[in-house]
Formats: sequence, C-alpha cells, structure tokens
Amino acid sequence: MNLRILIVALLFAVFSGCAGLERVQPWQRGELARKAMRPDAYPNDAFLDEHVYFSKESATGGQGIGGGGCGCN
Amino acid sequence: MQLKKSNSLRQALAVATCGLFAAAPTIHAEGEIPVGKWEIDSSLLYYSEQDRVRAFEPVVRATKQITEDESISLKVVIDSLTGASPSGAVPLTTPQTFTSPSGNATYTTPANTTPLDPTFLDTRIALSLDWTRPFGTDRSIVYQAHVSGEHDYTSIGAGATIKQDFNKRNTTLTAGFAYNADTVQPEGGVPLGLTAQPTFPAVKTIAGGSDDKKVLDALFGVTQLISPSTIMQFNYTYGRDSGYLTDPYKLLSVVDLGGVPVQTIYEKRPDSRTRQALYWRGLTSFGKDVLNISYRYYWDDWDIKAHTFDVRYRFDFGSQYIEPHLRYSIQSQAADFYRPFLRQGESVPFASADYRLSEMTTNTIGIKYGVPLKTGEFAVRLEYLQQTGDDHPAGAPGQLATQDLFPDNKAILIQVNYSFFW
Repeated sequence: MNLRILIVALLFAVFSGCAGLERVQPWQRGELARKAMRPDAYPNDAFLDEHVYFSKESATGGQGIGGGGCGCN
Repeated sequence: MQLKKSNSLRQALAVATCGLFAAAPTIHAEGEIPVGKWEIDSSLLYYSEQDRVRAFEPVVRATKQITEDESISLKVVIDSLTGASPSGAVPLTTPQTFTSPSGNATYTTPANTTPLDPTFLDTRIALSLDWTRPFGTDRSIVYQAHVSGEHDYTSIGAGATIKQDFNKRNTTLTAGFAYNADTVQPEGGVPLGLTAQPTFPAVKTIAGGSDDKKVLDALFGVTQLISPSTIMQFNYTYGRDSGYLTDPYKLLSVVDLGGVPVQTIYEKRPDSRTRQALYWRGLTSFGKDVLNISYRYYWDDWDIKAHTFDVRYRFDFGSQYIEPHLRYSIQSQAADFYRPFLRQGESVPFASADYRLSEMTTNTIGIKYGVPLKTGEFAVRLEYLQQTGDDHPAGAPGQLATQDLFPDNKAILIQVNYSFFW
C-alpha cells in the first residue's frame, strides 16, 4: 500500500511540476537536438553496463525492459 | 538483461528539427540516421576481475532508417567468459577439495582462501531485433524479439513498447511489456536444492536434466522537456520471475561449532520473485558540457533493497570530449534467505551464500574519451569497479571468525566504440 502511495505521489510530482513548466518551443530545441542530450545516445554503453551489473548485483531494471536472459545471474 | 531505452526523444527531436527546418528537410538532429542509410554501431568490451572472471564481448548493432519514423535494428553480441567464480562455500584453515559441477573432476582450494569454482567457461551468443513503427498520431511502437544461447542456458523473448507524445512533444508517455522463456541445462543436471554435494566419484542426485524460468517485465515512463537545456525521465518497472531461479552451481557450507565445514550442499532459492524499480534521470547542458545524473531505487519480494546513483559529466571541446563517470550502488538489505553459511542441524526452506544477494556496495569510477566523426564517433572507455561487503559477519563461529567471508571483488572494464553511417 505504501508503495502505491509513493508511486502516485511521484507521478503527481512529475505531472504537477510539468504543468507549471513553460513549454519548450520547436525553435528552442537546438541544444536538445545534440546527440549528447539524448537519454539513449550510447545504447552499446548502456547495454554493456547493464550486462556487467546484472551479473554482479541483484538490483536490475528501471531503465528499460526486454533483452535476454543469461545464466550469469 | 535490461537493454531497451526510450527512443521517443530521438523521434520527438527529429520531428521538431524537421519542423524547425521545414524548408530543408534533409537536415537532421545530430547523430540522426539519414533515411535509407544504415548506422553500424560497434563495441568491444574487455572485462577482467582480479583472480576471477574475464570476459571479452563484441557488440555490433546495425540500424536502418527506413523512413523518417520507421527503423529496424539488429544486434549481435558474443560474450566469452573464462576464469573462476566464488562457489559460495566458506574458507578453511586447511585446503578443501570440491567436486566440479559436471561431477567428473575435483578442484582444491588452498587454506584460508575463498573457494572459487575454476571451471567457469562459457560463450554466449545473442541476437536481438527492434522494429520501430509510427502508430497513429504522435505515437510509435517498438516491437522487440531476441534469442540467446550458451552451453547451459537458452533464452527466447519478445516485447512491445508504445510511446505517445503530447503537450506539443514536450512530454512522452511510455508503456512496455516483455516476456522471456528461458531454459537452464546445468552441467551434470539440475541438483536437488539443500542436498549434499557428493564427493567425486559419487554422482549427485538430480531433479532432472533441465528446468525452465519465465520472466515478465513491464515499464511505465514519462519523459519531459523541462527547459531548452534540460530533460528528465521517470520510469517505474515491474518484473515477475517464476520457475527455476536457483543457481545450479552455487554451494553452501554447513559448519560445526568450530566453524569447520562438515558438509557442502547445493543452494536453493524460492521459485518466484517480484522485482520493482523507480528510476529517474536528468540531463542538462552547461554551454557545450552535459551533466547526466540518474538514481534508481530497487526492491523485491526476496527483501533485497538497493539504491544506485550515477553521475557523468561531459567536458565537450567540440572536436573531442572527455566524460568522467562515478557510480555508487548500495544493496542496503540482503535477500531474506541469504546465509554465508549454515550451522549443523539447522533446517531452512531456502538458502544461498551467493554474495550478490548480500548487503554490499559497488563503487565505480571511470572515464570516457570520444571523438565525433563526420558521420559517427570513435570512443574509448575505462572503468574500475570494486565490490565490498561484510568481511566478518556477527556470530561467525570458531575459525570462521578469523576468515574474510567477503573478499573485495575488483574489476576493470575497457571498451572501444566505433560507429559510422553506411
């Protein structure tokens, strides 16, 4: 139950924060169009990091789903 | 493995950029693949732990931009592992002999040394396919499929992720599902959990030649433009594992009052696990430099809890960049069945001495150097990680009180990337 409250609170925080934001217009997106500003700019780095930590720690998930299982964990 | 990340910003930015340069539709956001072209993104990873596992892992991802909104991506990964891995048994003041997983040989661990299973040798090949298509207004869907195989483990899976842009493409909602069907075929068969490992040449009792594992994952996320220089991502992921979740090669020592092992048994884990994670990431630029921060809170019904912080700062010099990286991850709570050893006469439904299920900390420090090319990039990455835990758990009896029951795991990671359009 606590978890549900936490999720709802976080979602509310995100959306209420968004509602107060000034909308970023298309002509203001030069900076955001840079590769370095994309969350998925380096998919191979992210994949290899995930693979290493998946096999060395118990915690997984958050960034994405799917992929493939391995006998390493 | 968790691999797939939101592609929606890329699409949002592509559309935004096209809107901005409506008179010149051939201009793309930096790094965007021109329609009709392939992007080949290749990486080579060398991972080496001190005295333990070494891995050599090439990755090639080929992505074709079919139309402005449709692309297909094929990835091939080969993962070659050698070395030794902690078996889960405790060290002793005299040498110890164990039966190898295949049951056909033995190996001996020196005195006062954490037992490592030296038969760790495997090659894994994985193929995955992503197909991104437009789907209604401001909406796209990514279909995913993958298959992987190694000598004792196969995995096949599929999934789909829908992304919906709104608020003039300032906000993207993401929802995805994935399903994996895995089969484990351990060397020498599936051992019966919590039964004694026989001494070679005696053969272990097995529950069968193979067993199954099913993994269901779901993701719900929001990506939000905060300002012309800041973007944030918030995800919740839910995962449900069921079936054979035990590591068939991990052992557990049963010790007497003096802390001396009297028996070595196979570990046993519950046959279901529910995993959840909350993930937040922020990207903001300071001139050309970019700060990339993330935090994840993870918890599961095995009682494991973990906090992971990650910070990267890209010093961008235009023709090249340097990006230092720090990662701190703490498993603040162990699995409720984690036991570094069992006491003689103790009866438990589940037990594992796998250090990855314990309370521990992983620290990583790294640096990346990159050179953007005309239609791609060359980069080198170097990272060092160290895992530390409870060396001397309270209540360790007899000789175990003098042993290091969690020797640090230290590893380096070297990676070379090269990408280009073709």
